Amino acid sequence: MEAAIEEKTIKIKESNDVVTVRREAREYAEKLGFNLLEQTKIVTAASEIARNAIVFGGGGIARFTTIEKPDKRGLQISFIDHGPGIEDIEAAMKDGYTTGGGLGLGLGGTKRLMDEFHIRSEPGKGTSVTIVKYL
Amino acid sequence: MADAIGKNYQKIISEKQDIIRDEWLKRLKVALEYQKDILTEKELNKNLDGFMTLFLKTIRSEEKDLLSGKEWKELKEHLSQIIQKWASQGFSIRETLSFLLTFERVLFERIREELGKEERENLDEFTGLEELLTELEEFVAEQHVKNREEIIARQQREILELSTPVVTLWKGILAVPLIGTLDSARTQTVMETLLQKIVETGSEIAIIDITGVPAVDTQVAQHIIKTIDAARLMGADCIISGIRPQIAQTMVALGVTFDVVTKATLADAFSIALKRLGFEIKEDRREEK
Ligand SMILES: Nc1ncnc2c1ncn2[C@@H]1O[C@H](COP(=O)(O)OP(=O)(O)OP(=O)(O)O)[C@@H](O)[C@H]1O
Ligand SMILES: [Mg+2]
Repeated sequence: MEAAIEEKTIKIKESNDVVTVRREAREYAEKLGFNLLEQTKIVTAASEIARNAIVFGGGGIARFTTIEKPDKRGLQISFIDHGPGIEDIEAAMKDGYTTGGGLGLGLGGTKRLMDEFHIRSEPGKGTSVTIVKYL
Repeated sequence: MADAIGKNYQKIISEKQDIIRDEWLKRLKVALEYQKDILTEKELNKNLDGFMTLFLKTIRSEEKDLLSGKEWKELKEHLSQIIQKWASQGFSIRETLSFLLTFERVLFERIREELGKEERENLDEFTGLEELLTELEEFVAEQHVKNREEIIARQQREILELSTPVVTLWKGILAVPLIGTLDSARTQTVMETLLQKIVETGSEIAIIDITGVPAVDTQVAQHIIKTIDAARLMGADCIISGIRPQIAQTMVALGVTFDVVTKATLADAFSIALKRLGFEIKEDRREEK
């Protein structure tokens, strides 16, 4: 067995922190042994959710955890912010829906890029998104 | 240089280590405005326990100068691991130093409390401890700055990579190779430069080469799409080259598309561009017999 890969949480606040999240995502994905395509998907997904948390959620944290189950291994990344939250999650998930002048593809696209996608949001309290990719 | 620590202090510190540790944890959490989101309770405890153990070992060491023993080395190594992680998590120097400053305060308070009255009046043996802690604090401050500098240097490299020039490949054909991780501000600058150059040179074709881009997310895509649209308004067509297979597949899943010709390589894009401008590319092949 290889040494377990440590969990890590980083603060995300400024737009530059998206770059850090991307780098961490790439490193974790590489270490876990994801191929180049999967790495690119993970990095792109992490980039989307991190930017949402910064732009719409006023910043928060990103946590990288590895999943080590007997039957599957994977990478889980959670993003938590304490911003305004999302009123209508269903609408926000729709392709093309944006309140920030973007393409409106971040949430829907991330869901398609990853194996698991969980979003929880409470208006006035914040938003948390957890994404998982299995090897 | 740090002198040996008096036996009476050693005794107090090791007998009261649990009290010291708990009080230290409490104050450190206040100093850090502790959020368990950033640092788990478990990790913090591990950091403190590790430090306590190694600190005790250091002050008990037989070395004449405590700073030359292997215990001291281990203690510094342990600290350096903690603060390196903290630096990468975005901790400030004040937060980082509070690890030692709260420890020092608690330690000295506890010793004073345990000492008898006459002993308290004669505190010169504190010096060894003080020297040790000052030394550690300097070490931490220095390491923290070094860690941050490394992070900044890396960010600067990333930024530099993005100040990509727009080059003229041929009269009427521009190319801009995008390299590195793209953040919004940088992409915007590159794109603005490209549009400006289109106007200046009256170019008809602009090739945006993304061979060096490790990931295209919606933001990068949007900048490229905006550039394509703006270029079109100025009478220039864009060609995107260098979309690597993993990026193409990621873009499909994400749902972004570029409404222009795309080519695998910059060379392919260049050859298409030349043809569009009416040039013909021929290989000058001499007959070989
Ligand atoms: N963390 C968040 N806090 C509050 N609102 C959010 C958050 N994340 C997303 N939203 C809302 O959901 C909408 C859709 O998000 P999505 O990422 O799909 O698109 P976008 O960010 O607007 O554009 P794109 O991601 O394509 O650049 C956002 O416009 C915003 O209104
Ligand atoms: Mg988004």
